[in-house]
Amino acid sequence: MALKGLDIFKLTPKTNCKECGSPTCMAFSMKVAQGAVDITKCPHMSEDALATLSEATAPPMKTIKVGSGDAECTLGGETVLFRHEKTFVSRPRYAVSVSCCEADMDAKFEAAKLVDYDRIGERMHVEMLYLNYCGQCDAAGYAEFVKKAAETGRVLVLGCTDVDVAKAALDVCKDAKPILDGANAGNYEAMSKLATEAGVVLGVSGADINELYDTVAAIEKLGNKNLVINVGTASIKDAFANTVQIRRAALKNTDRTFGYPTIVNVGRLAAGNGALQAALASLFTVKYGSIIVMENMNYAQALPLYGLRQNVFTDPQKPMKVEPGIYPLNGGDENSVCLTTVDFALTYFVVSGELERSGVPCNLVISDAGGLSVLTAWAAGKLSSTSVSKYIIENVEPKVKSRKLIIPGKVAVLKGDIEAKLPGWEVIVAPNEAVQLVKFLKDMQANGEI
Amino acid sequence: MPFNGKSGKFNAAIRTVEIGTGDKAVKLGGENVLPFYTFDAPIENAPKVGVMITDLSLEEMENEAAGIKEYYAGATSFAELAKKAEAMPGADFVVLRLEGADPNGRDKSVEDCVAVAKEVGDAITAPLVIEGCKNVEKDAELFAKVAEALQGKNVLILSAREENYKGVAAAAGLAYGQKVGAESAVDINLAKQLNVLIGQLGVDQANVVMNVGSAAAGYGFEYVVSTMDRIKAAALSQNDAQLQMPIITPVAEEAWGVKEAMASEADMPEWGSQEERGIDMEVETAAAVLASGSNAVILKHPTSVATISTLIKELV
Repeated sequence: MALKGLDIFKLTPKTNCKECGSPTCMAFSMKVAQGAVDITKCPHMSEDALATLSEATAPPMKTIKVGSGDAECTLGGETVLFRHEKTFVSRPRYAVSVSCCEADMDAKFEAAKLVDYDRIGERMHVEMLYLNYCGQCDAAGYAEFVKKAAETGRVLVLGCTDVDVAKAALDVCKDAKPILDGANAGNYEAMSKLATEAGVVLGVSGADINELYDTVAAIEKLGNKNLVINVGTASIKDAFANTVQIRRAALKNTDRTFGYPTIVNVGRLAAGNGALQAALASLFTVKYGSIIVMENMNYAQALPLYGLRQNVFTDPQKPMKVEPGIYPLNGGDENSVCLTTVDFALTYFVVSGELERSGVPCNLVISDAGGLSVLTAWAAGKLSSTSVSKYIIENVEPKVKSRKLIIPGKVAVLKGDIEAKLPGWEVIVAPNEAVQLVKFLKDMQANGEI
Repeated sequence: MPFNGKSGKFNAAIRTVEIGTGDKAVKLGGENVLPFYTFDAPIENAPKVGVMITDLSLEEMENEAAGIKEYYAGATSFAELAKKAEAMPGADFVVLRLEGADPNGRDKSVEDCVAVAKEVGDAITAPLVIEGCKNVEKDAELFAKVAEALQGKNVLILSAREENYKGVAAAAGLAYGQKVGAESAVDINLAKQLNVLIGQLGVDQANVVMNVGSAAAGYGFEYVVSTMDRIKAAALSQNDAQLQMPIITPVAEEAWGVKEAMASEADMPEWGSQEERGIDMEVETAAAVLASGSNAVILKHPTSVATISTLIKELV
């Protein structure tokens, strides 16, 4: 990444032909070093020079795409180890594992579809299926199973180290761009050939981190750089150590041999223990897993996990926003009191959580405040008496009969202005902190005010 | 050519703070690597798990999840409750949360709360952590008396905040020789500032543990991750002595208070078992704070305690 202008200059023809648009080769090299222009703008670079330079300026971790159509997922491409340094770019994907000779595989395919919901504009579901090959079924049997799995529309990961069986399976599903998780020190040549021919991503396993490293290096030598690394299931400790060391080697020590996404099979690390799998999925979501495989995925496991992923993988520069609208809580209807706050997701969740705890039927009215918190939005002019009253008149008055509006305590100053702009409404100031809302609302209810 | 993994060991280390006395005393912190990076250097003291009971546990056991009710079945006094908490498989210490003291809630008197704390403290040999009711004035009053009543037990008082640190830290850390918890709201600068202020009172920094704030997974957890990441980075790579205190994170009260754990099965039939949702919220939040740098977590469900202690054992 840190390539100097002079290093690039040495590889140019040094003819100052100006065809690249720069006055001299030196000026061009400086711009390339800053990333301002692309190296290919120079028509006279030799193939060798281009190869050297694109290698040196390549990102430390490859971006790998799997799946096709709507199911396509992007893995890897990270540039930092901690989200506060810049941002994480590719969220981890969750998979459920199924074996080819499982008796109730149809039920498992159905169960994998169970979790499917929307949270702040993001679809939360099991994106992948990890299809274990048992080692005993014949190639046609496994292919049949894979074909059935493909009908779910999920991205498939073929966990199969038998080259002939894998070939039969790829024949039925390669167009959907699955991952062939099957290469190891013993079979990597044949597997890599198979994956390259089918145009799919190859998963690489190894007995330990050294064998993994050597196998990846050997496959790269064959010209295949469309890989993911399976961190193994020897023990939880080893899987974690491998996952962290692989990511750190790639990003911190720019060792590109390990610059690939990872597969972590927590279902196998904690077989039969759903709670421990949940804990591990959470651990590997925070620390560097790219594909996380579980035995099952139910709502109990999914709700915190997908929420965590959404939190950790948001761009720190873009606040999470909820859709403006009227959110009825505790069975609130057109006669229930209205409360308003901003559309910053964290504020919404905290406030709606407290309102739910109060048990008082109400309508939470969210208007567009640029995804900022209450005081920031007020200071930036995004939360004002005008914005609130306009939203109430246009969207709330036609739907809600109650004429009581509770505003955040932190913008108590807006009370007078809002009352002036909303004839017929009684404006009430809430406490400063959301946690005080429970008592506040219960008291109001007890006093018959709402 | 084998893999050449460079060690990420640091020259600085997190301070070790001991709570409790005798055989069961636990040490928090001491590591010179990032959380669970045992491949860089051995972790001095594995993260610890605390079991939370509250001064309302006896009266309000009815509202708890079935697994918790079942575990504490038959306990009729705080002493019995505390003994069961101490014996929970995977537990390293006991946490008594005095939530009934809240003036906006039960508003129990300081004397009543101190009596409960004393009963619990006398009943167990495991280390004890005392949490307050989050009302800064009441906590200041409460902690001074609790710290006095439990003298000699080396308890951790959770916690002193910016608004009341003078009273709390002076009583716990100076007058009665207890450990002081410094609580800030998910911000590295606030955390550091409070540590400095407590240090200026004359409290030895070796007696301070931080609670840098938390959230349930999905509820602004990115701030928790980044705050902890940055604190550990400052403490270890920049040797910032004001941030080298071990971190303790109360998880139970956050995790069991969010919609995912509280919505009834009647309201959300597709979500399945409510108890399981609470457990998974607690377990996943705990795993994520441990991965980000917590040296101890506070949980309440027996399944969560067992799961997280297994996770820690597997990783260290």
